[in-house]
Amino acid sequence: MAITGLILIGFLLIHMYGNLKAFSGADAYNHYAEWLKTEVLYPLIPKGQFIWIFRAFMLAAIVLHIGAAWHLTKRAHAARSTKYVAKKTIQQTYESRMMRWGGVILAALLVFHLAQFTVQAIHFGFKPGAGAYEMVVAEFQMFPMVLLYAVWVGVVCIHIRHGFWSAFATLGANTSAKAREVLNALAWVVAVLLFVGFMAMPVAVLAGVIK
Amino acid sequence: MNVTLRIWRQANASAKGQMVTYQVQDVSKDMSFLEMLDMLNEQLSVSGEEPVAFDHDCREGICGMCGVVINGLAHGGAQTTTCQLHMRHFEDGAVIDIEPWRAGSFPVIKDLVVDRTAFDRIIQAGGFISSNTGSAPDAHAAPVGKLQADRAFDAATCIGCGACVAACPNGSAMLFTSAKITHLAMLPQGQPERYLRVKSMVAQHDEEGFGGCTNIGECAAVCPKQIPLDVISQLNRDLIASLFKKDGK
Repeated sequence: MAITGLILIGFLLIHMYGNLKAFSGADAYNHYAEWLKTEVLYPLIPKGQFIWIFRAFMLAAIVLHIGAAWHLTKRAHAARSTKYVAKKTIQQTYESRMMRWGGVILAALLVFHLAQFTVQAIHFGFKPGAGAYEMVVAEFQMFPMVLLYAVWVGVVCIHIRHGFWSAFATLGANTSAKAREVLNALAWVVAVLLFVGFMAMPVAVLAGVIK
Repeated sequence: MNVTLRIWRQANASAKGQMVTYQVQDVSKDMSFLEMLDMLNEQLSVSGEEPVAFDHDCREGICGMCGVVINGLAHGGAQTTTCQLHMRHFEDGAVIDIEPWRAGSFPVIKDLVVDRTAFDRIIQAGGFISSNTGSAPDAHAAPVGKLQADRAFDAATCIGCGACVAACPNGSAMLFTSAKITHLAMLPQGQPERYLRVKSMVAQHDEEGFGGCTNIGECAAVCPKQIPLDVISQLNRDLIASLFKKDGK
């Protein structure tokens, strides 16, 4: 759970950085997208093949992450077979309570995201086969899409706010009360950074800065 | 002061339980919570009703027997044992909910009494050191650093009351298990069996049906001995290390 979670956070940080290429214009963005799909690690690996290795790796991480979550949830439910009549909590965060349902919501919206931008099975405002830049600009000129995207990124970042610190604690990094503070503060930094970074491009498109 | 109690009554392990309401009058603010329950039981005995079964032993906060969930929090959320919780914590006329620990691994025996022998089996799996008997070793024969000694002692104060399991949204006993692991991992006497211990105790913890830790922190927030959450990371460290290290090497 912790290791796959950190892999996914690492991916998101790179993905977010890549999205910011849209500020450098259509050519830079499209070239970057093309490079990702065909030329990463070329000529070590034949053109267009690294992306499939990478996709398999990401899929494995996601499947293992969900599998671990499923296992933990089942164990937790079995461990509290009888519910409390009255139950209060002292210190748990909203983020930690949202891990399971938040995970379900973000996974559902991830399918929607991939169906649009990777498979192009669903397309709003752009035709199938459109270039990466054309695609995001057409998409995010629609306010409802930016709003839905903001909700999704929000859910992802709430998940990461607890997940980041929890992953490090599971790997043994929570060595003192001070370490706990630092890890939680870092989790906030990563979550806010990802939210701002991912929302910058869609908001800029909506505002007409990127067109 | 007068209080209204809503107490979980369950005749035996297999019976279906329910909350039953009782009134207790003229409670002194200086009484402990258990003394207030004693008052209720006297009242019930006089009227020919079955007294409420609750666990208790030392009544001085060191045995860990008297755990109950009060108003939705283990030991009333006061970070003390129920015997050390006093009625002055409550308002006159308060309505107080009292329930047993709720965990699949702590089955209710009767009313508020649960079976916590799952903890004993976790200890039996490795919460000990093996040592040859003989004359007592010289004092300071095995020096222990001050920081390690303090950390070991802090972890060793765990009384196995089960509040961590009761409070955990996952019903996990990780704080308990980790306290034992940390206590022995900090001391020279604990080193020879360190990595086998962590594997066996975690395996037994899972075998007993306790949930997994998701680092929520409710356990440490109710622990009457203030065992810190970071002992769980100590357990995780030792568990990861046990993949690569063997005892005695």
